[in-house]
Amino acid sequence: MLIGLFDGLFNGISIGAVLLIAALGLAIVFGLMGVINLAHGELMMLGAYTTFVVQNAFRQFGEPFFEIYIFFALIAAFFVTAGVGLILERGVIRYLYGRPLETLLATWGVSLILQQFVRSVNWVLVIGLAVFCVLFFGGLWILNHRQNRAFHKWAIAALLPLSLGIAIAVGRFLADTYQLAVTRPWFGAQNVDVSAPTWLRGGLPLGNFQLPYARLFIIALTIVCVAGLYYFLQRSPWGLRIRAVTQNRSMSSCLGIPTQKVDALTFALGSGLAGVAGCAISYLGSVGPNTGQNYIVDTFMVVVVGGVGKLVGTIVAALAIGTVNYLVGSGTLAILFTPIQPLADFFTFFATTSMAKVMVFALIIAFLQVRPGGIFPQKGRTVDA
Amino acid sequence: MDAVSRIGARGKRQAFWIEAAIVGAIALFLIIVMPVVLSNFRLNLLGRFLSLAIVALGIDLIWGYTGLLSLGHGIFFALGGYAISMHIKLEDADGGLPDFMSLYGGTELPWFWEPFYSFPFATFAVVTIPALLAGVLGYLVFRNRIKGVYFSILTQAATIVFFNFFNGQQKLFNGTNGLTNFQTLLGASVNTQSTQFVFYSLTIILLVGAYALCRWLTSGRFGRLLMAIRDDESRVRFSGYNPTEFKVLVFAVSGALAGIAGAMYTLQSGSVSPRLMDVAFSIEMVIWVAIGGRGTLVGAILGALLVNYARSFLSEQFAEIWLFFQGALFLIVVTVLPDGIVGWLKSQGIQSLRGRKQAFTYPSLEEDPEIQQERQELETKSSE
Repeated sequence: MLIGLFDGLFNGISIGAVLLIAALGLAIVFGLMGVINLAHGELMMLGAYTTFVVQNAFRQFGEPFFEIYIFFALIAAFFVTAGVGLILERGVIRYLYGRPLETLLATWGVSLILQQFVRSVNWVLVIGLAVFCVLFFGGLWILNHRQNRAFHKWAIAALLPLSLGIAIAVGRFLADTYQLAVTRPWFGAQNVDVSAPTWLRGGLPLGNFQLPYARLFIIALTIVCVAGLYYFLQRSPWGLRIRAVTQNRSMSSCLGIPTQKVDALTFALGSGLAGVAGCAISYLGSVGPNTGQNYIVDTFMVVVVGGVGKLVGTIVAALAIGTVNYLVGSGTLAILFTPIQPLADFFTFFATTSMAKVMVFALIIAFLQVRPGGIFPQKGRTVDA
Repeated sequence: MDAVSRIGARGKRQAFWIEAAIVGAIALFLIIVMPVVLSNFRLNLLGRFLSLAIVALGIDLIWGYTGLLSLGHGIFFALGGYAISMHIKLEDADGGLPDFMSLYGGTELPWFWEPFYSFPFATFAVVTIPALLAGVLGYLVFRNRIKGVYFSILTQAATIVFFNFFNGQQKLFNGTNGLTNFQTLLGASVNTQSTQFVFYSLTIILLVGAYALCRWLTSGRFGRLLMAIRDDESRVRFSGYNPTEFKVLVFAVSGALAGIAGAMYTLQSGSVSPRLMDVAFSIEMVIWVAIGGRGTLVGAILGALLVNYARSFLSEQFAEIWLFFQGALFLIVVTVLPDGIVGWLKSQGIQSLRGRKQAFTYPSLEEDPEIQQERQELETKSSE
């Protein structure tokens, strides 16, 4: 009984840790800008693919280095996804502030593009994209630095198809000359497998069962991330600014805080955390273009239950949802209620991973009846609560 | 009644008849001319897209007019489809068990399948089950003043939950494969040309009916109230209305429309499966409305047809590009074309072609009526 309880607790916490590390980035972005990033799952997926790439790179270096690739993968995943997030914020989201529903749709569009990008990315696509960016944005830069603005609009209108045409032509040319060497997709639509270094395989034996090292690693990583984020938000000058803007955007702006920079920084940070989460989940199963989709809705629920503006809410919500999910899904509750037949039947009905989500959703809706603002709602005197 | 308002009323009546005539003419055109022009396959496709247009109307009603972005209309759509196909499966089974149930070792009919023996109940369920579900879900959510993004992601979560539920219940709903292989409905074979034509015509009639309903709902006092909720809910509350009731009602109506659409779609596509509850499909429905122009009913219908034709064309030609294209569509429609095609044509299509540029400020300033008035005064002054 005690072992069973401990087992349930450990598994619940480890599921909760995955949820938490995935939801951290989402929660700070949502707290700051009121924006839900539907592409968050795809950023996780990018982080997982970055891990895959780093792993392959380190495999060439041989044994001693392969053991520690994971730390480089974490850093690489953080910076790759942070960069993508920064582009996303500067390129799309900043034009949509004050329109959260539109942002939702825009980020969904981005997530579709990222999914298909991972499926079909190859050298032709990358080089074509680079050529297009250099031509188009270089052209824009030159246009913007010219004094004569007479034909500005028309010049942009001509620039777009011109650079697009050149990029496509370059891509075609490359594809024709080098054939399969450049047209073969890097990853393809199939899932890829990230293999953990040897010290992450196996598990810590404890009585009758063992704690998998991968799970322990994820829990440790989550703790490090939470602590780091907490330190950053509470102790650094930029953390102070982020907290200020979260509480009152217009007042912070009046006091000279560069809110645009804060937005961009926070979004990049949130996306980077998604990348770290992606690195973590790559050890839980194979990685595919749809990997992110499996996580997003659960992480949104964490944000909804946790409430905005406080990290504690997110932590508690993630652990609670993880534990309930495991207890219901593994059938522990059904066993617990064996003496009471109807209850046991009821819980057996929900005792699969997918049916547990049904139960958890019902519980969340019930919870929101009591506390619509989440566990730790933001207190304020505005009407718009 | 003074003269001015009498003329206004007469003008309104005239406009009403003109609109009714146009809608009727288009419906007749679709029913009479299209079957002659199009091949059977294309006609079936058009019928399906027209039934999707019914959902688009429902989404326009809650998103375009009331400002609630639902990402869960796939649920109601699929429920409508399931309701009608459960009846067909029972009729096919001819008193026995539906074919898939015995496959999974079921021995008796689950209790909730029983009422679907009756066709009137099934058609009733097509409308009421989605409406009831939407009503209950809406009540639980809106009661607590949960709105905006929260509402959207809750509906999205509901979609996943229902997907999991229907996907996991092999014995009850045949799991992933869903209900397919329909044979007879009311004694008529479902797959013959003539029956399919009846479904097609019925879809058009229902679409016209849905259009009329939405038009009626949005044109009067009720419609103005919906728009008021969209634009400033707190203010509606301060004026003594309870927005919750209206939101629940309109969400239920919208769910019912989705249910009807799902039933018609299922009849014409010949199967219903949990895939209709896919998260992606539900969000795609929103983009139809956004492309066409939210807040305009015609826009919703046009958008649904346009995007679906583009999809069937693009995925026939180059399957890979479709997702890129769809993603770009989302980005374009929110950044460049927030009012959709119809809205753009209505408001500034002609102006922007002339090349007049508007100064950009904060959205809250843009919506401020005082500032708009000042701006108008400035414009009239400068043009004098």
